[in-house]
Amino acid sequence: MKNSYIGQAWLVIVLSLVFGAALAGVQAALKPRIEQNKLNDTLGQIPSLVPGATTGQAETIGGQTVYRALNDQGEQVGWMIPARGLGFADVLDLLVGLNKDLSRVTGLSVLEQKETPGLGDRITEPRWRDQFKGKPTIPDLVVTKTAPKSDSEIQGVTGATISSVSVAGIVNGAVARLREGLRE
Amino acid sequence: MSQDGPTAVERFLNGIIPENPTYRQILGICPTLAVTNTMESAMTMAGTVLFVLVCSNVLTSLIRGLLKPHLRILVFTLTIAAFVTIADRFLAAYMYDMSKVLGPYIPLVIVNCIIIARCEICAAKQGVWTAFMDAVGQSLGFMLGLMSIATIREILGFGTWFGKWLGWRVIPVTAPEHWSTWVIMILPPGAFITLGLLMGVMNWIEAKHSARAKKATVAA
Repeated sequence: MKNSYIGQAWLVIVLSLVFGAALAGVQAALKPRIEQNKLNDTLGQIPSLVPGATTGQAETIGGQTVYRALNDQGEQVGWMIPARGLGFADVLDLLVGLNKDLSRVTGLSVLEQKETPGLGDRITEPRWRDQFKGKPTIPDLVVTKTAPKSDSEIQGVTGATISSVSVAGIVNGAVARLREGLRE
Repeated sequence: MSQDGPTAVERFLNGIIPENPTYRQILGICPTLAVTNTMESAMTMAGTVLFVLVCSNVLTSLIRGLLKPHLRILVFTLTIAAFVTIADRFLAAYMYDMSKVLGPYIPLVIVNCIIIARCEICAAKQGVWTAFMDAVGQSLGFMLGLMSIATIREILGFGTWFGKWLGWRVIPVTAPEHWSTWVIMILPPGAFITLGLLMGVMNWIEAKHSARAKKATVAA
């Protein structure tokens, strides 16, 4: 017994089981709180993305989770869509604010990105993101290399065309999916 | 196992200055560089290490008679990983802002050498009380190391000290013509510069100290 595998490894096995049970207990006890924290974090972005809104309500429309942006009286003033898609280096996580009839973008924020430092990561700068404010959603937004000539053009970040085009594409796709979902 | 070795009080005191994890053992340098741009993240990291080190040192000391020499590192890692995960979940539930700021650096406490070194050097060989005092002493030493770096980086980089929790302003915000904050101190290079300079100062003090001690013995 003393030299068998079990004789040598029983402590590791017992500890694994005990720790496993303890971690499962901790996770079960704290999970609701952690989920609530994450939700509050997302809802906290709504006022800066949808003018007049103070909170939001999650809903699944057309296969994606979206938030109805509500004002103090609980009336809907717009939408917020958490949208993700492929950037230049990795997945981009965005939040898109829209007005109530989905005709215009009201705000854009970048939650997570790993684009090239100094080039692609400039998509997070307010000066670039603010171009999206007030843009119409029809026709699709397009990225240009020069100063925008029409209302639906966004000037790309110099040296980061792919990152810029990705952001515009993710916004277009998210809006289209929500519009499609609402029509059904 | 033999009970000789430093006593509980010696272990405790050693951890703070003579065997300071940051400046003397040069362990745990990854978090030291990564989370010291504000006092808040430095203190959260130090608190996490205190919790994990105390728990794993006490548990390791309790089961030290059962350890098989060739499986001990496995047991240490398992123990540390369990307590780190508990700390990580706790931070995500009750200190969500800090949990977001520290991100992967909390799970990375698992591979913080200070903790596994204390399990190996002290807890696996000495009693529970000694292991507990050793853990507290080493954690305080680590906290001092982080605080010294974070103090310099936060004051020069943001002009504040505990800016997010207590809102203390060290450099008045109304005097931009006399002082502008050093962005480099917030960024990773600031950590290397500060740690290098502080380490130099520590070595200089130590060298002066031992030179004076030598002179005293020669004179006597």
